[in-house]
Amino acid sequence: MIAPSASLLYGLCGAVLIGLGLYGFVAHRRLIRRVLAFNVIGSGIFLLFGASAYRDPAAGADPVPQAMIITGIVVALAATALALALIVAHARLAQSGALPEDETHEDGSEDAP
Amino acid sequence: MIASLFDLTLCLLILAVAGAAVFGRAAFMAVVFFIVYGILIAIAWLRLGAIDVALAEAAIGAGLTGVLLLAALSRIMRNIDAPEPAPVLEGKTIATGLASLVVTALVAHAFLTLPEPRGLQSRVTANLADAGAENPVTAVLLNFRGWDTLLESIVLLAALLGVWTLARDDAWSGRAGLRHVTRPGGVLAQFGRILPPIGLLVGIYLVWAGSKQPGGAFQGGTVLAAVWIVTIMAGLMQAPRVADRALRAALVIGPVIFLALAVAGVFAGAFLVFPPAHAGWLILAVEAVLTLSIAATLAMLIFGPPEGEEKR
Amino acid sequence: MSDLFTIVMTAAGLIFFAAGTLGLIRFPDTHSRLHALTKADNLGLGLIALGLTVQMPGLADLFKLVLIWALAILAAGATAQLVARVAAPADLGEEPRSPTDATGDGETRRR
Repeated sequence: MIAPSASLLYGLCGAVLIGLGLYGFVAHRRLIRRVLAFNVIGSGIFLLFGASAYRDPAAGADPVPQAMIITGIVVALAATALALALIVAHARLAQSGALPEDETHEDGSEDAP
Repeated sequence: MIASLFDLTLCLLILAVAGAAVFGRAAFMAVVFFIVYGILIAIAWLRLGAIDVALAEAAIGAGLTGVLLLAALSRIMRNIDAPEPAPVLEGKTIATGLASLVVTALVAHAFLTLPEPRGLQSRVTANLADAGAENPVTAVLLNFRGWDTLLESIVLLAALLGVWTLARDDAWSGRAGLRHVTRPGGVLAQFGRILPPIGLLVGIYLVWAGSKQPGGAFQGGTVLAAVWIVTIMAGLMQAPRVADRALRAALVIGPVIFLALAVAGVFAGAFLVFPPAHAGWLILAVEAVLTLSIAATLAMLIFGPPEGEEKR
Repeated sequence: MSDLFTIVMTAAGLIFFAAGTLGLIRFPDTHSRLHALTKADNLGLGLIALGLTVQMPGLADLFKLVLIWALAILAAGATAQLVARVAAPADLGEEPRSPTDATGDGETRRR
């Protein structure tokens, strides 16, 4: 069996993180958990991207994807800050941590905020 | 490079901690695990030879995002430890799980079938002498892909504007964020006195060293923002008023000067061109003002909109 | 020889970290957990830093390593104190104290 390279391992890890975050993003009802899952998706994508930059270690790491990842990390933070500010404002007005359509299950039970 | 046992252990740990962050019952526990996850990802970046990215991930991805999540959580929930009800295994849940598995498989397949690496390392190295920085990532960020960084600084500003629009009308132009009451002479106050000199030094060093070693404006700006936040939380300074002119000048000076230099480049050749003879100090100048703006913007994003007096 | 020193010191540091983590998991309340974390982890970090000093190529790198260790201890000590002060009334079953009280340290409130 061929020994896996480091970049392959981290790339696959990134792919699993994307799936994990996607599940959390859809399945959670509370908005703050969705923002957290969104960040997991984001860092999974960055890990995938960064692993593809390191596929040929003899040539060194490719700096262009690394610069793009740094840009992505900062932009993800900006988006997270805006999303969380909106969630806090919504929670103050609606007294709930989830959107109205997510609060009631099909069987009529409700969540704690 | 062959993956070592360390890489395998790190990946498994990353997945376990991410699972705890996503599936954890209590929201507070999930946020704490997310911070740990951010630090582990930073170590993964070290293994992938991306030290600048590791610095940015540890400072911004783990540190600042964790602070944002904790602050938002404390403002939303009355009782942090109240667990979310266990997810009911509905058809929706199974479908979501299947969709996630399919997405993971597709992405993994796409990654495994990537064409042979034809990276841009050689092109960057060939032109590095004219770029004005010895650190290739800094050269890419501020020269070769300066367009991305210019837009990124404007995006940061736009996000801050979005956060500020959430202030109530009567609270506008007040001090940003909640009020911090601290015991003078306490642990937090003393920490707020000891940290700033060291923090300022570390932050400025990170920016200065970014041209030759790993570092840069974003990493240094985050350290400076953290120093400012700690000083305000320790009660040694008040949070600035949103209408404060010095604050607004600090927020916009980075994008404005970068944009001005980009337009001035039109007379030197094309938009956003640094002539190789002057690229060195131009990049340093841009990094200096960009660091100031990034530090101010990140700190203001953490504080949030001005809260004003609560009218009952 | 220096590699051996590094390995021994790092291993000793890891033992301390393991002890601190064990204390975090097994101790019953916040204060004893904080005790285990600060004592064991700071000493563990110090041993690891000591083990790495022989690997540093220059004096500047050595200084940076010591600075990292000092900052880590400073931050860990300050946060441990703050967590302990907040957790103290809860552990004793009392009401949360006000921040201007002699043992409270600070809080965040609306303006």
